[in-house]
Amino acid sequence: MMKKIVSAMMAMWISGTALAGGADDPLLYKVMIDKLEIRDTDEGNALILDADAWVGKDLNKLWFKTEVERLDGATEEAEVQLLYSRAISPYWDLQAGWRHDSRPTPNRDWLALGFKGLAPYLFEVDASLFIGESGRTAARLDVEYEYMFTQKLVLSPEIEMNFHSEDDPDVGTGSGLSDMQLGLRLRYEIRREFAPYIGVNWARKFGDTADFAREEGGSTHDTQLVAGIRVWF
Amino acid sequence: MSFKKPYSYEGGVCLMRRRFVQGLAMGGAFTGLGLGSSSLLAAAMKQQRPAILRGTDFDLTIGEQAVNFTGAPRIATTVNGSLPAPILRWREGDTVTLRVTNRLPATSSIHWHGLILPSAMDGVPGIAKGFNGIKPGETFTYRFPVRQSGTYWYHSHSGFQEQTGLYGPIIIDPKDPESFTYDRDYVVTLSDWTDEDPVDVYSKLKKLSHYYNFNERSHADLMADLQEKGVSGTWNERKMWNQMRMSQRDLSDVTGYTYTFLMNGQTPADGWVGLFKKGEKVRLRFINAAAMTFFDVRIPGLKMSVVAADGQNIEPVSVDEFRIGVAETYDVIVEPKDDRAYSLFAQSLDRSGYARGTLTPDHSLIAPIPEMDSVPNLTHADMGMNMMDHGGHSMPGDQMMSGMEHSQHQIPSGQVMQGMEHSELQLPSGQKMSGMEHSEHQMPSGQTMSGMEHSQHQMPSEQAMPSMDHSQHQMPSGQTMSGMEHKEHGMGNGKPMAMKALKPNPSDFTARPVHHAPTEYGPHVDMRASNPQYRLDDPGVGLRNNGRRVLTYADLRNLYPTHDPREPDREMELHLTGNMGRYMWSINGVKHADAEPLRMKLGERLRITFVNDTMMNHPMHLHGMWSDLETGDNNYIPRKHTVVVQPGSRISYRVTVDAEGSWAYHCHLFYHMLGMFRTVTVS
Repeated sequence: MMKKIVSAMMAMWISGTALAGGADDPLLYKVMIDKLEIRDTDEGNALILDADAWVGKDLNKLWFKTEVERLDGATEEAEVQLLYSRAISPYWDLQAGWRHDSRPTPNRDWLALGFKGLAPYLFEVDASLFIGESGRTAARLDVEYEYMFTQKLVLSPEIEMNFHSEDDPDVGTGSGLSDMQLGLRLRYEIRREFAPYIGVNWARKFGDTADFAREEGGSTHDTQLVAGIRVWF
Repeated sequence: MSFKKPYSYEGGVCLMRRRFVQGLAMGGAFTGLGLGSSSLLAAAMKQQRPAILRGTDFDLTIGEQAVNFTGAPRIATTVNGSLPAPILRWREGDTVTLRVTNRLPATSSIHWHGLILPSAMDGVPGIAKGFNGIKPGETFTYRFPVRQSGTYWYHSHSGFQEQTGLYGPIIIDPKDPESFTYDRDYVVTLSDWTDEDPVDVYSKLKKLSHYYNFNERSHADLMADLQEKGVSGTWNERKMWNQMRMSQRDLSDVTGYTYTFLMNGQTPADGWVGLFKKGEKVRLRFINAAAMTFFDVRIPGLKMSVVAADGQNIEPVSVDEFRIGVAETYDVIVEPKDDRAYSLFAQSLDRSGYARGTLTPDHSLIAPIPEMDSVPNLTHADMGMNMMDHGGHSMPGDQMMSGMEHSQHQIPSGQVMQGMEHSELQLPSGQKMSGMEHSEHQMPSGQTMSGMEHSQHQMPSEQAMPSMDHSQHQMPSGQTMSGMEHKEHGMGNGKPMAMKALKPNPSDFTARPVHHAPTEYGPHVDMRASNPQYRLDDPGVGLRNNGRRVLTYADLRNLYPTHDPREPDREMELHLTGNMGRYMWSINGVKHADAEPLRMKLGERLRITFVNDTMMNHPMHLHGMWSDLETGDNNYIPRKHTVVVQPGSRISYRVTVDAEGSWAYHCHLFYHMLGMFRTVTVS
């Protein structure tokens, strides 16, 4: 699937440049694999993919976001978002579209609405509101910062929080603040587009989400060592 | 991109780029593949003396050429197989005929930069009627009278061909003898070469605007600042920049990370060599033919007498160093008194690399290559916040200090004044904002005006205030704080506004309140200068207070009386705008593709005032007509073809609108030009 999307984007890019003829605003694409990492969790080694891609021009883009977690060869969590993204201010894009969670089952579909951009003091922010079936709503806040030890060695603290309006026992989420992750990753940019990293990830489930996890025999908080690569093109 | 990718650029090839950008010794243009080292050597030696074509009749062939500057073979775009293109030597008063044949697989063109000629001969495809570029395999004949003398250059105005090598010098010998003498005459063409496809460079900038910037402030700088200024000092100094999401090290978009800087086509590893005999006067004609690089040029041990700017003679100025913006030219005379070698050193503005050469009486002598200066930080002045800190503008007396009694400033409550965002503030018109030295301004909402605090006002050594001591620094009343929206001001849609009230004396460089067009607000513009000043005698970021005598625009005084002494009939104000992060560039917030042409009336004397609402230098080039730069003395106004508008500053020049037709008017930074461009129609 990913391959197909990428090749479709490639085709658009190639035709875009051919048509552009030196125009200032060519059709471009970018694929950003922000995290492709192994986490040493309580339940074993998990494989995490957190990636974005966009195709578009300066102010209007089509965005694709995905987060996948695999454990012992089985996909535990999988989410994709397909969004229309429009620049609304110098540093902020308004993004709206569709989010689909295919794992855990049953599937959940959401309307997604969010802001993505750079806040004062150079915090990268992605804040989204999700409206699901039968009145379910959810919200997510992801904030990241980059501290440059050197021009190539970058320390990146990150916080992600998920909120839900009501319990959804089928997929194990509870109302209120459901879970939070704090990450600290140190990457070395061998070149801008390619950086291996190591780090630590602290994950915690709260309230009913934690209860659901306990019922399933899962953990509610975990401190994990991570190692992975960050790649874009 | 209008031609097929000529490069075999594969990801991974450039892992070790930093080692290669110094260049491969004996690199340069060579024909064919698999040449032995002796032919390589011959090719390199040949490059030391670029071909000179003289006369009135020229055949030029644009083609592809194998080159190797970094150890990796690449294909360049060249004229007659040469990079830089051959020197064209003309005589003032002649009519020249140039048959230009295009052997590229794509449309090409040649623009004669700085030449006064008919619109159809100017060589910008799609601008003048009847010229749509030179199609592959075709020959276009340029023919025009040469009505000027001096140092100029020529380059492609199609696709990305200028970045890939299509540029060369023009020397025009004057009808009458020069006012100065010299024994030797060298052209020094500075340029920037990248192994990357320019299309890739542009898309990288769009995807990650600081892709090429490896001079950002990092941990070591923070530690040094903490030690020097303490926690609160460091915080205060950096606060505004961080709030504004801007970098004080945003000096160049494309840097030595990918560029190999060339002097007459020679890499720094090779270096260009010019010979002299002790006691001779050597004329050096510097041309900045780079795509994106400003160079700071000096010859340690030699004073340079600057005798011409942009081909036009000026009253000689003796300097140690000058900054040459993209597309500018400067002619200097040097008189080496000793039998020793001297380094011609041209470091890039962002200090990411340099081009170099040697002036020597003997090939066996070598001169030490100076260290590059440290990487400078942009200051408040460079963001158009006049804190009286650049000192540069202190020019004609105390004009700036007049009318200083207003002290109240009412700011609508609830507004926070932080950094550049205060340009969005709607101050009641006519209000002045005084007392910039107050650490806090009382505002109805009780908000403080961050970014304006005195602590930030104290700039670290390297920056700002060249000619200004601290007491002068404390004088800020009378500063106008702008950001006022005036109703009369209709610059929307990129149309110029006509202002009734012209300054009676334009050499009074009092900066009036600045007005920003409604089109400057939106996601495509990330900054508006709140208080842009004339900074003619500001040498610019990285050159202030460096202990050397550095040329500034305030030094430029025409050798001859002002060509057209009329006062301007009309004034046009143009704002240079952009969004650094999104890598979008425009004029008045409107990019070329969306803009109406600028209309000028044949016969009028027009004043154009630029306000730079960005933190970058923009070399603005008007085709077809001179830009008569207002530097202070209206009786001896220097004429330029390219005027550098410093970050956050304003500058004005007069144009005698005497050239009918359509003309290009644009920022000469290669990757800004696509958006920061206007078509001018004169009728």
